[in-house]
Amino acid sequence: MNYDNSKPIYLQIVDLFYENILSKKWREEERIPSVREVAMMVEVNPNTAIRAFTYLQEQNVIHNARGIGYFVSKNGYQSVLNIKKKEFIKQTLPDVFKKMGLLHIQLEEVTSAYNQYIKTTAHEKK
Amino acid sequence: MIRIQNLKFNYPKGKTILDHINLEFVPGNIYGLFGRNGEGKSTLMKLMCGLLFPKTGSCHILDQPTATRTVKGLQDSFIVPEDFELSPLRIATYAKVNAAFYPKFSFEQFLHLIKEFHLDLQDFIPTLSFGQQKKVLIAFGIATNTKLLLMDEPTNGLDIPSKSQFRKIIAEAADEGKCIVIATHQVRDLHSLINHLVILDHARVSFDQPLSAVSNALWFGKPPQGISEPILYSESSFGGKVVLARKERNETEVDLELLFNAALARPEEINHVLKTAYHEPAV
Repeated sequence: MNYDNSKPIYLQIVDLFYENILSKKWREEERIPSVREVAMMVEVNPNTAIRAFTYLQEQNVIHNARGIGYFVSKNGYQSVLNIKKKEFIKQTLPDVFKKMGLLHIQLEEVTSAYNQYIKTTAHEKK
Repeated sequence: MIRIQNLKFNYPKGKTILDHINLEFVPGNIYGLFGRNGEGKSTLMKLMCGLLFPKTGSCHILDQPTATRTVKGLQDSFIVPEDFELSPLRIATYAKVNAAFYPKFSFEQFLHLIKEFHLDLQDFIPTLSFGQQKKVLIAFGIATNTKLLLMDEPTNGLDIPSKSQFRKIIAEAADEGKCIVIATHQVRDLHSLINHLVILDHARVSFDQPLSAVSNALWFGKPPQGISEPILYSESSFGGKVVLARKERNETEVDLELLFNAALARPEEINHVLKTAYHEPAV
């Protein structure tokens, strides 16, 4: 894993989990790797991995079945979607807006760039 | 696990290397032992496993003085020194001969680690490179399953892919019953493993904190615009990095290199902030 220096590692592990759930690599009610496996995978202290698991449990994204392991929760996908959407609106967009202001970019330019993007990706899919 | 009280040490006719050292190492942690060259990191490790004796004060492992080298203490501690010489044997024979001293030694685990490091049990140790021999010793040390595992510059001599393997292996080996202490200058190799930092400076312990307390009290990163509060420590490398009291800011990852430099340059201020920070209840 390539670490972003500013974000706590445990939150970077959380992001990795979110990605796996959003991309359906990990599906709801499926078992996910253990704390130790995750610690090895991302080469971190197991205590850091435990912190990520605890955080995800608090967000109701994963749950622990005693003695068996950790599973993606029943509504895990929806929970992650909500969390990430909120994050996009609250953090990513303001950053974009700030840059737009600095660079004098009008909303119309963004709209046309977005439409162009949709067109090309749709084309690629064909 | 290990308790060091008011320890003082000097080599014959040498100046005092360690003075008023009070430290406690408990299982379940991976300690990073940092300090400038010649600050006594290796000496402290040798004291912790009974290779050297304190001049005054004490060093106990499992409530026994390390200097008495009791069987109980020796069975439960292992040191991977920076420099070493292994017996001219095949890896398999080396393991068989030395495993006798460690009741919790696991051949299965040793074999797994040797394979992980791309070595073979039939390899003749003297024909291996320094880095490969170091891997043999690291693998052996982990497979002893001692409660205390001391490693002095373990990533020195390891090639680039092996450093990542080393981190995986340590992440796998670390558990609640084990106390791992790593002395190193290679901060970048190991920062994701260490969860407690001890810094030696001017023969004293100048810093001794779990990283959870550090990230709770301190903030690392590029200086936010227009801050008026005092900067605890700054470095003018690309973009500039600073250490601030965290206060209400989001938690950042501890920048060990920056913390090390800050703790050496301004130990009182850094320790003061840590001492007075509001402590959130542990998650």
